[in-house]
Amino acid sequence: MILLALILVPTLAGGLAFAMRAKMWRRTLLIATALVHAALTASLWIDRPGPVLNQWLAVDSLGLLFLSIVSGLFLASAVYSIAYLREEEAARHIDREEGFLFSNEPEAVFVGCLLLFLASMTMVTLSHHLGLLWVGIEGTTLASAPLIYFHRHHRSLEATWKYILICSVGIALALMGNFVLSVATTSPDGRHEIPLIVHRLLENAGRIRVDWLRAAFLFFLVGYGTKMGLAPLHTWLPDAHSEAPSPVSALLSGALLNCAFLGILRVHQLCVAAGEAAFSSPLLILFGVLSLTVAAVFIMRQTDIKRMLAYSSVEHMGVQVIGVGLGGAGVFGAMLHSVNHSLTKAALFLTAGNILAYFGRKRVDEVSGMNRALPTSAVLWIAGFLAITGSPPFGAFLSEFTILKAALDGERFVVAVLYLVMLALIFVGMANIFLRMAQGGRPKTKGPGARETPLALLSPVLLLSCTLVLGLYVPRPLENVCRDVQSSLETPARARAAAEKPEARTVLSHSTVRPNRTLKK
Amino acid sequence: MTSPSDIILVLVILINLLLLGTGRLRSCIRAVAVQGAAIGLLPLLVSSAGFSPRLTLVAVVSVALKGFVFPWLLFRSMRSANVRHEVDPVIGYTASILAGVVLTGASFWMASRLQLPIVPVSDLVLPVALSTILCGLLLIVSRRQALSQVVGYLVLENGIYIFGTALAHEEPLLVEMGILLDVFVAVLVMGVAVFHISREFDHIDVDHLARLKD
Repeated sequence: MILLALILVPTLAGGLAFAMRAKMWRRTLLIATALVHAALTASLWIDRPGPVLNQWLAVDSLGLLFLSIVSGLFLASAVYSIAYLREEEAARHIDREEGFLFSNEPEAVFVGCLLLFLASMTMVTLSHHLGLLWVGIEGTTLASAPLIYFHRHHRSLEATWKYILICSVGIALALMGNFVLSVATTSPDGRHEIPLIVHRLLENAGRIRVDWLRAAFLFFLVGYGTKMGLAPLHTWLPDAHSEAPSPVSALLSGALLNCAFLGILRVHQLCVAAGEAAFSSPLLILFGVLSLTVAAVFIMRQTDIKRMLAYSSVEHMGVQVIGVGLGGAGVFGAMLHSVNHSLTKAALFLTAGNILAYFGRKRVDEVSGMNRALPTSAVLWIAGFLAITGSPPFGAFLSEFTILKAALDGERFVVAVLYLVMLALIFVGMANIFLRMAQGGRPKTKGPGARETPLALLSPVLLLSCTLVLGLYVPRPLENVCRDVQSSLETPARARAAAEKPEARTVLSHSTVRPNRTLKK
Repeated sequence: MTSPSDIILVLVILINLLLLGTGRLRSCIRAVAVQGAAIGLLPLLVSSAGFSPRLTLVAVVSVALKGFVFPWLLFRSMRSANVRHEVDPVIGYTASILAGVVLTGASFWMASRLQLPIVPVSDLVLPVALSTILCGLLLIVSRRQALSQVVGYLVLENGIYIFGTALAHEEPLLVEMGILLDVFVAVLVMGVAVFHISREFDHIDVDHLARLKD
């Protein structure tokens, strides 16, 4: 019942928001829905209800973790949105970068789509049917596209178009992955088939045809990887994140990317259960290292604040897939990291929104002297910088370190070195940008000069405090959930046997290099 | 070779080539509508169990969507954007047709090397699905007009749908309807975006959407 309510409440509220006329009530509805959603999610930590709808909707540790991220971030963004919408009430706005006038999307569309976005992300975290998961992920694209086009001008339109087209094509390939997987689960006589429900697939993993499973994994990785922003499929991401309103950027980066990550994890889980971890893990690590490299290059020479944060999301998605690809403690680190990254990145995007409201510009060299103009935001900005680059005592330090340790323990030295070098480069690149912005004199060009309000500061302060706490102490329930995910991504008997017997390991690694004639493309 | 499903599959290939070879948006939209409607009928023809209410419902909904609703939406945004023709595609029409023929040939070669766990209804299913997917991707990357890219997306979706209906085991009704709903909303949102692009730039040439870069 709770599971259905989690999806239906925001859906209905979204429909209602479109029809509502009074601004006051619409904003109240947004906050109320976010609160109800968060309360329902919190209740799942105490008592997990059984699956509903033929086991299509269920809650497991992996889903619960991501659902909590979505719900928490949505609440923070909703509170911030109230402050944001108040600032944006004027009928006409001036674009400070190019000097033209533009209007905003009607607020009803914005709030309605925001709530539908929440509903579709919730559906992604709760679906245990891979077809339904696909429907949810495509739904997130469609619900969030109008959000990116909130400021109606040509740059945001360009970002929206790229977002819809690239993500829809990517997700169409993931649909192909669904169909290929369904071929893989058909028995040779074509009669017995395994439904695409996660736990049924895992139970019958031994009966899945390996060659078709590999093909399906590739389709899913490319398809959902596009949405997750893994390089080189990330091209839509910096545009969409930089042009969307800041509360939406926070949700895109912190919640949406993780939903796509969840899609990849479900299929990886299946590969692990079918004894194909040796095929899927190296691919994950490859995409992760590529994402880190691309992010490092583009952060070093970045001139736009929000694009820098967007590339940092590419980086952290890379860190997460590397963690999962390494397996073992790496998975634990990756799960913890997804929480830390979401909290920190959302706080940074919301702070960037406050900076934008004061300076009116996103170019790094036009923002300076924050310590005098926006004292609280300057503190948040520097704290957020330390948190996002994985400095102690923030949570990301702990999770990034766990992943590094997993790489070293697994004797993956090349991965470990590349990982460290890229993180160091990104630290330098970001330090250069963040510190320059916080200090220095007032900029020559004058912006709108909107002061930071307590309401606009509340969410980033709370989010950053949470990640600070996570760096000092990981609560037991969260640790248990992450451990649970880790054990669900562990190869059952085969990996243990391979770890004990050297000859078994050679057999396993041999099977990955065996040219797979049937699937060559 | 002359079963109804084979005729549909051959028709699909011909429409792929037609789409690659023309720049008139009106013809493109009509062609992709015919292709979509033909593919919508496919589940009825390939099912071994015959007509069930479920299959009929899926077929009716997908024919209605792909054959009538999508072209209506696309024609509407074509009129609002006031464009008729693709301008200066990245790859010329003749070259596109040649590329389409090569891709189709490659699909047949690839399909002959894949080992299917089940015997499909027709030998044409797998190669036609693959070539339609590839032609759809080619259309998306080689055309400059936003509407032509939407047509390319629909062709890609059609190719995946052929693969799904003919080879994958049946998805539950709810999922099938969810997929169709998503594609419908996608076309709707893209149509609205096309309208805004035309209003903002006076044309829908996506080359002008190139300000955001590093």
